[in-house]
Amino acid sequence: MATVKEIKRRIRSVNNIAQVTRALEAVSASRVRRAQEQVMNTRAYASKAAEVLANVAATTQGSEHPLLAVHDRVKAINVILITSDRSLCGSYNDNIIRLAERFVANHEDEEVRWIAVGRKGRDYLVRRGHNVIAEFTNLPTPLRVADIIPISNIILDEFNSFTTDQVFIAYTDFINTLTQRPTIFNLLPLKPYAPKSPAEAMLIRNEPEVTVQKRDYLYEPSPTAILDEVIPRFVTLLIYQAFLESAASEHSARMVAMRNASENAIALSADLTLAYNKLRQAAITSEILDIVGGVNALDDSDVETVNHLADRFIEEVGTALRNP
Amino acid sequence: MPLHVEVVTQERKLFEDKAVDMVIVPGSDGVLGILPNHTPLLTTMKFGELIIRKGRAEESFAIYGGVVEVRPTKVTVLADAADFSADISMEEAEEARERARKLLEEGVPEDERTRLLHELRRAELAINIARKTRSRAGSVRIITDEE
Repeated sequence: MATVKEIKRRIRSVNNIAQVTRALEAVSASRVRRAQEQVMNTRAYASKAAEVLANVAATTQGSEHPLLAVHDRVKAINVILITSDRSLCGSYNDNIIRLAERFVANHEDEEVRWIAVGRKGRDYLVRRGHNVIAEFTNLPTPLRVADIIPISNIILDEFNSFTTDQVFIAYTDFINTLTQRPTIFNLLPLKPYAPKSPAEAMLIRNEPEVTVQKRDYLYEPSPTAILDEVIPRFVTLLIYQAFLESAASEHSARMVAMRNASENAIALSADLTLAYNKLRQAAITSEILDIVGGVNALDDSDVETVNHLADRFIEEVGTALRNP
Repeated sequence: MPLHVEVVTQERKLFEDKAVDMVIVPGSDGVLGILPNHTPLLTTMKFGELIIRKGRAEESFAIYGGVVEVRPTKVTVLADAADFSADISMEEAEEARERARKLLEEGVPEDERTRLLHELRRAELAINIARKTRSRAGSVRIITDEE
C-alpha cells in the first residue's frame, strides 16, 4: 500500500510529464501546419510528374534513357528507408520499418542495399546488421529540393553503374493528421514493377495509371533532349515528395502521440489525487477513533484527563487538516 | 471535344479547367497552338507567355521554363515557375529588373551572376507580358469550373 507521501510525489511527477507533453504537442502542432502546407503545395506537381513519367515509360522501349532500362537480372536492390531523427512519435517509425522488412523478405535472393534516412531507421538497420550504404540524418527543415540532390545522386550512380538493379522508397504517406499510411513504391527503373507474388503486390503501392496507350509521343526538340532534361528532374522530385510526405506524417504522428500522452497524464493525475484524498481521510478517521477509544477507556471521574485529551484531540485534528 | 488543362508549378497548382478551347504554349522550338485531339506530345518550354482560350474569355500566364505534356483531351503544364499575368505587379517587376541590372554592372561572383541573369530574364519577361495584357483592354478572364 502506497503511503500518502509516495502518492503525492507521483502526482507531482505525472503533472510534470503532462506539462512536457503539452509543450511538445504545441511545438508539433506548429510544425505540422507548415509541413502539411508544403506537402499539399507540391503534391499537384509531383503527381502530374508521376503521371507524365508513367506515360513516357509506357511508350518507350528503354533504350532511350538509362533510367528507363529494365536490367536483365536483378542481383541487387536499393531501399530508401525514410524515418525520423527523433522519437516520441507513436508507432510512426515502427510502422514503416516493419513494412520495409516485410517487403525485403520477398527479395532474399538479392543483395539489399539500404539507404537510411533519419536516425531511428539508421539505428535499427545497423542494429540488425543490415547493409547500409549511405545514411542521411538531421536534414534541414523546411526541406528544399537542393537538400535531397546528394541522395538522388547516389541512387542514380548506383543504378547507372549497375551496382543496383532496382530502387524502392519506403516512406509514410500523409493522409491527414490522424491517418498516415506507410508506403513502398518502385522508383527505378521507370517501368511498371511486376511484384513477385500476390503477397508482395499487397505491400507495394499501385503504379500511376497509363493514359497514353501504344501511342508514341512526339518529342520536341528531340527525345533524348527531352528525356535527359525531364527524367532526372522528375525522379528527384518524386524522392523529394516522399520526404515531404514523411515529414508531415512524422509531425502529425508526434502531435497525436503527445496529445494522447497529455490526456492520459491528466486522467492519471485525477485518479492519483482521488486515491490520495481517500488515504488522507482514512488516516484522519483512524486517528480520531484512536483518541475516542482512549477517552472511553477512562474513568468518568477523571475529568481533568478528559479535558486534556479533548484539547489534544482538537489540536491534532487541526494540524492534520492544516498540513495534509 | 474540349480540352482539360492544368497548370502547376513546383510550389502550387495555378489553374485547372476541364472545358478549354485552345492553349498556346511557349515551346522551346517555337510557339505551339494546341487544339483538342492533338497528337501526344512532350516538349520543354522556354520563358514566354502561355495563353488559354475558352469561348471569348482568355487567361494569360508568364511561364519561366518547364515541361508540357499534351494528350488528345488533356494538356498538363508543369512550369518551373509561373505567374498569372494579371497578378504581375509592373512596379515590382521593374524594381527587380533594375536591381538585377545594377548588381550585374557592379560585378558579382560567377555563380551569383547566373542567378542574377536568370532573375533579370524573369523580370523582363514579366514586364513584357504585363504590358501586353494591360494593352489588351476589355479581355475577359476565365472563370474556372472548379469548386
